[in-house]
Amino acid sequence: MSKNPETIALHGGDYRSDPATTAVAVPLYRTTSYQFNDTGHAANLFALKEFGNIYTRIMNPTNDVLEKRVAALEGGLAALTVGSGQAASTFAIMNVCQSGDNFISSTDLYGGTVNLFTHTLKKLGIECRYADPADPSNFEKLVDERTRCFYAETLPNPYLRVFPIKEVADIGRKHNIPLIMDNTASPVICKPIEHGAAVVVHSLTKFIGGHGTVIGGCLVDGGNFDWTADPKRQPLFNEPDMSYGGAKWGEVVPQLTGANVSFAVRARVCLLRDLGAPLAPDNAWGLIQGLETAPLRMKQHCSNAEKAVDFLKKHKNVERVIYPTLHEGDIAARSKKYLKGGNGALVGIEVKGGVEAGKKFIESLKMFYHVANIGDARSLAIHPATTTHSQLTEEELLAAGVTPGYVRLSIGIEHPDDIIADLDQALNESGKPSLKAVG
Amino acid sequence: MKFEVNGNEVFASTGGRPFDKKKPLIIFVHGSGLTHMTWVLQTRYFAFHGYSVLALDMPGHGLSGGKSLKSIEEMADWVNDVIDAVGYKEASLVGHSQGCLVTVECTARYQQKIKTLSLMGGAGAIPMNPELLNLAENNDPKAVDLMMDWAHGPAGHFGGHPVPGLYHINTGGMLAKSRTIKETLGVDFRACDNYKNGFVAAKKIKIPTLSILATDDKMCPVKEGKKLADLIEGSKVDIIDNCGHMMLLEEADRVLKVLKKFITTNYPPLNS
Amino acid sequence: MSDKKVPNPKTYKFDTLSLHAGYQPHKNAGSRQVPIYQTTSYLFDDVDHAAALFNLERGGHIYSRISNPTVGVLEERVASLEGGTAALATSSGMSAIFLTVMTLCEAGDHLVVSSQLYGGTVNLFRLTLPKFGIKCTFVKPRDTEGFKKAIQKNTKGIFGELVGNPGNEIMNMPEIAKIAHDAGIPLMVDATYQTPYLCKPFEHGADIVVHSLTKWMAGHGSSMAGILVEGGKFDWMQNDKFPTMTKPYEGYHGLSFAEEFGPTAFTMKARAEGMRDFGPCLSPQNAWNVLQGIETLSVRMKKHCSNAEEMVKYLMGHESVAWVSHPSVPDHPDHELAKKLLPNGRGSMIAFGIKGGKDAGVAFINNVKLASHLANVGDTRTLVIHPASGTHSQMDEATLKFAGLSHDMIRLSVGIEDIDDIKNDFEIGFRAARKPRLVSNQ
Repeated sequence: MSKNPETIALHGGDYRSDPATTAVAVPLYRTTSYQFNDTGHAANLFALKEFGNIYTRIMNPTNDVLEKRVAALEGGLAALTVGSGQAASTFAIMNVCQSGDNFISSTDLYGGTVNLFTHTLKKLGIECRYADPADPSNFEKLVDERTRCFYAETLPNPYLRVFPIKEVADIGRKHNIPLIMDNTASPVICKPIEHGAAVVVHSLTKFIGGHGTVIGGCLVDGGNFDWTADPKRQPLFNEPDMSYGGAKWGEVVPQLTGANVSFAVRARVCLLRDLGAPLAPDNAWGLIQGLETAPLRMKQHCSNAEKAVDFLKKHKNVERVIYPTLHEGDIAARSKKYLKGGNGALVGIEVKGGVEAGKKFIESLKMFYHVANIGDARSLAIHPATTTHSQLTEEELLAAGVTPGYVRLSIGIEHPDDIIADLDQALNESGKPSLKAVG
Repeated sequence: MKFEVNGNEVFASTGGRPFDKKKPLIIFVHGSGLTHMTWVLQTRYFAFHGYSVLALDMPGHGLSGGKSLKSIEEMADWVNDVIDAVGYKEASLVGHSQGCLVTVECTARYQQKIKTLSLMGGAGAIPMNPELLNLAENNDPKAVDLMMDWAHGPAGHFGGHPVPGLYHINTGGMLAKSRTIKETLGVDFRACDNYKNGFVAAKKIKIPTLSILATDDKMCPVKEGKKLADLIEGSKVDIIDNCGHMMLLEEADRVLKVLKKFITTNYPPLNS
Repeated sequence: MSDKKVPNPKTYKFDTLSLHAGYQPHKNAGSRQVPIYQTTSYLFDDVDHAAALFNLERGGHIYSRISNPTVGVLEERVASLEGGTAALATSSGMSAIFLTVMTLCEAGDHLVVSSQLYGGTVNLFRLTLPKFGIKCTFVKPRDTEGFKKAIQKNTKGIFGELVGNPGNEIMNMPEIAKIAHDAGIPLMVDATYQTPYLCKPFEHGADIVVHSLTKWMAGHGSSMAGILVEGGKFDWMQNDKFPTMTKPYEGYHGLSFAEEFGPTAFTMKARAEGMRDFGPCLSPQNAWNVLQGIETLSVRMKKHCSNAEEMVKYLMGHESVAWVSHPSVPDHPDHELAKKLLPNGRGSMIAFGIKGGKDAGVAFINNVKLASHLANVGDTRTLVIHPASGTHSQMDEATLKFAGLSHDMIRLSVGIEDIDDIKNDFEIGFRAARKPRLVSNQ
């Protein structure tokens, strides 16, 4: 199989054509259930003696094509699609942690994930410990005998400091702790599994889909982590699971499949079965369409973002520009080390004039959409202090790196001249005195 | 928040923000048999934009203690007592349905304290259908079902709540059934039916007043609402189409837009 | 009490609501059919509008994980059919149950659960939730007193399927609701098998209803979907058992869901917290597909039920059948209770024992031609499965017994095909089951 993302996006996985009709386009299997050949077939499927379709909550042929293709793109062995990126993050943690366990997350995190980790998982007795990724050894300091995984984003808002993947993955491997990377903001340009991450999660809604029509998420199993090396460290993979006749997932999956995909299989047959957050086949189909052009789009996203950054740096009404390449020292070196072929579509700016100027800038944009999303083919902007983060107190805002004039941009694939022209006119508006305030 | 008025505990929603005495006060008064929750899509906005908000549960209703007050006049005095009890010298009033009778009477009695008056689905008098009154006084849940039927316009009968997933006819019904019907709705309906002073009170009002009326309101039709508005000097009228008496739920956004403009113009917020 | 002069409320009735509720064409470009809003995000009018949505000041959509206009129509429609105040749709029936539990409970809490449940639900309550600190005590559905005895200090609710699967044992919902309410906790009912056409659990004391919409509600077997519906009657503030509903919530400026949203508090919290964080959202396309199904719910359910009663008669008179379990059978232990709780029909799930035990069951399943052998129920097509060798084969012996299964049991979900065709197909299966078998299918 090709190593080139442009080819993988069209051909990755094992789908060549539909076995039933030879159709080349991926068929949409909008069905809930599958006829069994006979009772022996049914029993084998339920006992996991053979793999096959039982019920669309757990697997679907259309979703399967997407799963294999994303796995190929990330250089993993298997993948599992779920109903949203949030569901993917939830599954990633719940697949390794139970009540009384803890995990260590980077402090640089999407707000939705912070809510999940800090408030909601706590209610289930799962503790999230936060480590500042500036110094990778911060992760090691927090490890104890009930630490089950590390979690981080490759290219996190708002600071856009690229995560030290290999450094932290190496620490984890010393303790048999897997690193789970959220690679939502940087598909194609970074492959965390190559740098030692054990699992990659995505909100497929963003750059993989690109069209902003579909909510979806996935987990990719790197197949590079030994779940059985320290049975006490990963009890969910080494203790018998009574819901499957006492199967020990770390042992039984490699025996059954010939591949080290215990993480993906357990998430599918236990969590999708019980917590049930499947991706609709229609959505899987929509995401496959998006994925086909994801590598091409990423190139354009990155080159447009770089042009926008060059422009913004020089604008008189911009206090500061945040972009992975604009950091210094170690942090800048990480961008070079981990991002290939571009530095992403996300750009942060601090508009001169604080909250009011930030608001005015947003409301003056003509082409950029003011929505709570990133990774659309269209350019998007949001002012977190007055929207996504308005539930936070001022202290919490600053802790989350959200300053009053901070605006988050997700640069689209329109013509760069049009992107820059819209930014320019809105920035000029943001600097004008507000008539309302004067009169 | 909870506080005491005349020895009874009173509950009022503050719209999701702490009650802050530095900010101008808006008091919301609900309709017959209902509670503070009918105002959720108006109160939270004002609370987040420079006002202190109290969406009251009238005595004996919702989460408030005490017994239901038996006349509109008593209710009007009680609203005035609320203003004193929370340590304010003035407030804006907003009423819906029966709450309009209460706020009109309260404004007429305590003119110097009331800064603006907003009436939704209001009229000078709300005579009750005798059968409906009888059902409510006999604790028959059918009274609530009939009220919800009549209170929603044809469009509102299909749902389409502005908050995703909420079905408003049943939500309203459940609010009105949350306590003993004869002790809430029964008492309220009787108080509305007995109240005759609306038109007299209206003539006394000299403060900025807004009436929001709805084209499909069967309980307080536009014609009745206008009759009341005409008696109030300089009163503004805004009419919402495709909407019934439960306008604050059926067309929450349109109602909020009109209300916002009126209150912020005549009784500006404290901008921090 | 109501005398004849008093008109009845003219709010729309069931069959009308199933076609119209939750949707107003004049607000949607006049489109008579519900549009499919295949979008992830929504444009904000201005910064104030955005903040207002995030602060729950105004209704509206931010992001399709949390809400979507097409999904919203489905939610309102099901809420209206159930007589509930609000609903939240999810990407499967299991995620509806999961979000319900997560909205109610946290680690250290306890639930009392009926022991007769769909296998996936059994696994969730018996094995998965305990991993997250939520323990359950199982009680047999007919053991009404047992529910009372199982309630502990930290019990946050009672959960059950109205008609247990696969044994057709019926919970005495009104009495169990009373037990729950006396203890100050809500009753949650999975009414997937009944749909609101056969039973509206809120009328019998339930507080939260969950559905797998995948089944009878949609009917077509094309889409996975689930929903939780709130009755709006339960008083969360009556005791201190539900601090996450009644105490200020950090995530929203100290909002108390119960104070602020009253009869819709549970749904608001399930959406603002559970759906936001766990993310099992329903796709708009699937919501639309389910809406298509609900349009014909009444007519389908009538046919499902009449076909089922015909099949019960047919099976009871058949030489190859050892026993038949369906609430319409006069000597079914819950025959009378079923009449009261399911006046419009007793549902289309039949369990029967085939003479010849497990081998005969296997032969029957492998030889029917029209009935589909698969792991679903509530399709418009007739479905059969032999649980001992299929859905429940992942269970150990103890669990199998616990779930009330026997080796000769065949589970039948009667479809809406012509009744003669179903019977003819069964004849083929029975004939094969009676043949001496050369190879044992062990």
